[in-house]
Amino acid sequence: MTQAPDTTPLVKIRDIRIDGRTDETWIPIIKGVNLTLQRGQVLGLIGESGAGKSTLGLAAMGYTRDGVRISGGSVEFDGIDLLTASAAVKRDLLGKRIAYVAQSAAASFNPAHRLIDQHVEGPVQHGIAGRKDSAEDGIALYRKLRLPNPEEIGFRYPHQVSGGQLQRAMTAMAMSCRPDLIIFDEPTTALDVTTQIEVLSAIRDIVAQYNTAAIYITHDLAVVAQMADRIKVLLRGEEVETADTRTMLDAPTQDYTKSLWAVRSFERPAKPAVQTGAVPVVSMQNVDASYGKVPVLHDVSFDIHAGRTVAVVGESGSGKSTAARCITGLLPPTSGQILFDGKVLPADYRKRSKGQLRQVQMIYQMADTALNPRMSIGQIIARPVQFYLGLTGKAKRQRVDALLEQIELDPAEYYNRLTSELSGGQKQRIGIARALAAEPRFIICDEVTSALDQLVAEGILRLLARLQDELSLSYMFITHDLATVRAIADEVVVMKDGRVVEQGPKAEMFSPPHHAYTDLLLSSVPEMDPDWLSNLLAERGVDNIGDAAVNKI
Amino acid sequence: MIWFAAALLGFAALAWGFRVAGQTATGRAPYFRDMPFGVAYGYVLAVAALMWLVWAYTQGRSADPAVANKFFFLRIAVEGFIIFSIAAWLFRLLGRSVGTKQTKRLFRSMPLTAAFGIMMILIYVFVAVFASFLAPYGQAEIIRGVPANIMPGGDIALGGNPDFPLGTDQIGRDILSRLIYGAQNTVGIAFVTTVIAFLLGGSMGFLAATLGGWLDQLLSRIVDVLMAIPSLIFALLLMTIASVWAPRLGIPQTYFMILIIAVIDSTRVYRLARAVGQNIVVMDYIEAAKLRGEGLGYLMFREILPNATSPLLAEFGLRFCFVFLTIASLSFLGVGIQPPLADWGTMVRDLGGFVNFAQFAPMVATPPLLAAGAIALLAVAVNFVVDWMLHRSSGLKD
Amino acid sequence: MGNVLTIILQRLALGFLTLLVVSGVIFVAVNLLPGDFAQSILGQGATPEAVASIRRDLGLDQPMVSRYFTWLGGALQGDFGSSFAQASFANFTGSESGAGSVAQQIAPRFANTMFLAAVSAAIAVPFAIVLGVLAALYRNSIFDRATNIFTLSSISSPEFFLAYVLILFLAVLNPILPAVSNIFADMSFSERLEKTLLPALTLTLVVTAHMMRMTRAAIINLLSSPYIEMARLKGMSPLRVIVRHALPNALAPIINVVAINLAYLITGVVVVEVVFVYPGIGQLFVDSVKFRDIPVVQACCLIFAAAYILLNLTADIMSILSNPRLRHPK
Repeated sequence: MTQAPDTTPLVKIRDIRIDGRTDETWIPIIKGVNLTLQRGQVLGLIGESGAGKSTLGLAAMGYTRDGVRISGGSVEFDGIDLLTASAAVKRDLLGKRIAYVAQSAAASFNPAHRLIDQHVEGPVQHGIAGRKDSAEDGIALYRKLRLPNPEEIGFRYPHQVSGGQLQRAMTAMAMSCRPDLIIFDEPTTALDVTTQIEVLSAIRDIVAQYNTAAIYITHDLAVVAQMADRIKVLLRGEEVETADTRTMLDAPTQDYTKSLWAVRSFERPAKPAVQTGAVPVVSMQNVDASYGKVPVLHDVSFDIHAGRTVAVVGESGSGKSTAARCITGLLPPTSGQILFDGKVLPADYRKRSKGQLRQVQMIYQMADTALNPRMSIGQIIARPVQFYLGLTGKAKRQRVDALLEQIELDPAEYYNRLTSELSGGQKQRIGIARALAAEPRFIICDEVTSALDQLVAEGILRLLARLQDELSLSYMFITHDLATVRAIADEVVVMKDGRVVEQGPKAEMFSPPHHAYTDLLLSSVPEMDPDWLSNLLAERGVDNIGDAAVNKI
Repeated sequence: MIWFAAALLGFAALAWGFRVAGQTATGRAPYFRDMPFGVAYGYVLAVAALMWLVWAYTQGRSADPAVANKFFFLRIAVEGFIIFSIAAWLFRLLGRSVGTKQTKRLFRSMPLTAAFGIMMILIYVFVAVFASFLAPYGQAEIIRGVPANIMPGGDIALGGNPDFPLGTDQIGRDILSRLIYGAQNTVGIAFVTTVIAFLLGGSMGFLAATLGGWLDQLLSRIVDVLMAIPSLIFALLLMTIASVWAPRLGIPQTYFMILIIAVIDSTRVYRLARAVGQNIVVMDYIEAAKLRGEGLGYLMFREILPNATSPLLAEFGLRFCFVFLTIASLSFLGVGIQPPLADWGTMVRDLGGFVNFAQFAPMVATPPLLAAGAIALLAVAVNFVVDWMLHRSSGLKD
Repeated sequence: MGNVLTIILQRLALGFLTLLVVSGVIFVAVNLLPGDFAQSILGQGATPEAVASIRRDLGLDQPMVSRYFTWLGGALQGDFGSSFAQASFANFTGSESGAGSVAQQIAPRFANTMFLAAVSAAIAVPFAIVLGVLAALYRNSIFDRATNIFTLSSISSPEFFLAYVLILFLAVLNPILPAVSNIFADMSFSERLEKTLLPALTLTLVVTAHMMRMTRAAIINLLSSPYIEMARLKGMSPLRVIVRHALPNALAPIINVVAINLAYLITGVVVVEVVFVYPGIGQLFVDSVKFRDIPVVQACCLIFAAAYILLNLTADIMSILSNPRLRHPK
């Protein structure tokens, strides 16, 4: 690409309006956004779910999904108007000059073909290179993206390759025609932190190496800070502000952006150390557990004291949710025991008394599936009130109203509503109220904030903290997000492959020396500093991050 | 054959012309510019078919009786289609302006096919309930002073009688009355059978899904075996046995049929109820209820059932169609609903021969077609409604 | 491949186990009949000696379990015993009972039924798949809606209604095809085909509708998957998206659809054969049901069930074979 640069933008979107079809009517998703992208530049698009980031990203390719239409504005790619271009002209651009990397690589690779066959399809069909040349180039790209066994991995089928590797293979596929522009649509959202960092550094390198322009869509501020030159913040289909990454991080001008930044600052004051000899509310002692014949927990022990929050941290498959299932009695351990207030709980929940069941309550990750969609909010909260406390009639209603007030929802307004009319954060609050209704001493919070947008998650965390102080509750907080741990935990338990790797007070966990795995986990969490990734790579080297590093432990 | 090929080729040329014309007329509007040839061809084909239909319809109104007879049924079909469409449209209009806010909203988003379906179901229910008022004679009444075997059509020259527009059967019963009573018997029996199948299959399915374990294994294996035998064949086999037992025990054979079909069909309901139940059982709110210490009854009736109603309702429609058609087929084969009850399947079998008179006297051929058509129409109506319900619930999901 | 092989062997074993159990169910069901077969063959006036002799001839004096295995052993060798109708006839004339064997009665009819099913399938399968793919491609168009209405109507109509409508238009009003399918053994293929066409068309109408709807659903399900969107975003032509990206994955569901509907055909033949007086196994079955000719009913039932189970088994195995996850394990 050797024309006079920087004068004509690569992508020019003006006042674009996009509608989505719901219930026979068109509802605006994007309400007049401008976007300009220069050659070789990386633009970060951030916003909460429903902000229209993906829709806008696809519109930059002149593409809309079924049930979505562009109702106004213009999209120009290198001077070509994509909205009026014929289907043939657009097909010639897609894949060849504009490429796309999807959120779920596992679902976006065709399961019926080998990776390399899918890789060469673009160059061959667009007449850029022959099959053989393109396959060789593919292997070279795999090597550049630091995929293991670059010569061999392309001959596998998608289901034979792990998620993080597939995501890099998809980036290689997007690169196969050396496009001018790549759209990355949340490429690391589905990955664990240690894998994410590997993919991020690979993507960043290759984009810089070929001087490709990119639109990087994500909801994670820290990620976008590493990847983008400029950042555009979207809120409900409208632009909030656009600025250089550093300017945006240091000096946001809009209130919404400032509030996004401020979320990261919530942290509870440290509590005094637990008195030695105090009886823990819940104590797991040398618990082993297995699903069928597959062992999942090995000798897990930890204590949770009154009024304390123990965060159980680990990546997917580390056994942190299984530990919770052992405590609730859904999965009786094969050996070891669970103590409540110093007394052994029956292993199977069906053998526990009503009083024992009442003491251990649970709040779930997906509020959607945790609340019966056919019941009103009043019914959902009233059931445990009636079931455990035996309240009926007016007393029951009063208790439910009090609970609704406790979770900061107006009883008069919400009592008779169905959960489908609520937002994600409100649903999660109902889940909390249901747990509180049993008047328990101990609550298990299973990834309660990970499905929520950051501002909403912040509100939930603050609510939980307040309730803990008021009612002196104990929490077991299962999470993979270290920012959440920092915000709410008193003590931390790190798990890996069904074992406790390390445990201790929060302050100790966040300061060295660490166990090697804790160290890796901590260092893999992206920070808001745009130089973080560069510094980390300089410090640890490319071979000491991600799966490669995990395998060394 | 050659003419056929030539016509197809001609259409191809027309389609090409149509696309070019469209492109020039609209100044290369995107729709015509990006139109594949196949789509253009489809349009031309559809226009040709429509033109033929109009031609055939005018033939059916021809003054020459030979020609008119030949196209009589096509004419009736076209007229019926138009009348029903208008009726369904008016019915939907009515639904949009009368009723509560929710029914109004329901009718606003309703396709014409579903409106037609609901209208037809209401008509059938009406006829079934008020059969004894609507029918001029009783279903088993042998009318005095009227000969048997009056030809249908009411044409005296052909041996008909205008008082008995569809004629009388071999022992002198009014066929029109029997057709009306057929609504009561055929539809009523099918409905009862479906309800039994649902109570049986639904409760077992939910129980299996909630409890799991050996009960689930046992029930599922039994159902696997029962489903491995084609249902009509199995029903015929069991009906053979029932036909021997029924007179000995003094229980009408029809009761046996209801039970047999209900059991065979409950296997399908079981499969669905179990699958739906299992999808619900893995939800976190069920886990929460279990951990709360709730009993089986509360779990099944308060937590699972309310969330399974919409797939079960759709399945009820489908099952009803299936049961209804199975019963009609059994009756047609002579082992279903037994005389003296009037029933459409049996009527088709008894009157089927009249179809051969269609060429000379179309009206004579109508009774078997009316009976068979009555079966088809109700099944179509129910299927239209179910299709809409399924479409709606799948639309709500994504 | 070893993995797939074991799965397939498991399925095969399960299939044959099912068949065994089903044969048992059929046998037990038939033995629920009250009274004595021998009595019912000979009528009320028969002498006790005659009844006893028939009982011995038919093996009815044996206990049920041993009778079951005798019957099953015979059935596996193609010997379904002798038909009651024929047996009583043979008893009166004193001739050898070999002339009345069920197998002899069934064999030619079975061939006829297979012919009918084959003709129907030959028309229905390509027609349904093409229509299904077209409807999926142009979903929500006028074409799609029209086919939806048409197929729903076709599914909802009882076979005999479709049969009479076809007779009305193609045999009575426009005498193109014969309304009655009297088929003889020494007919030429084209003659046979002509006689079979009308029943085959009736079956085609029913099965095509089912198959088309299921094909459409399978393809639409596929077209909404992310890898199809990815192929589009790689700038592939619509044809290539379908042929290269959708079809290899649609194969499993489509094969499944075809097999399930061929199995459905088996139930369909019964009614259609009766309407057209087609000398197939379905008609024989219905006749035997009416005359309570138990050995024939038993045999027909077993044949129908076996065909049904085998087709479903085929569907199962084909979809396992076409799944890349199973063909190329990790």
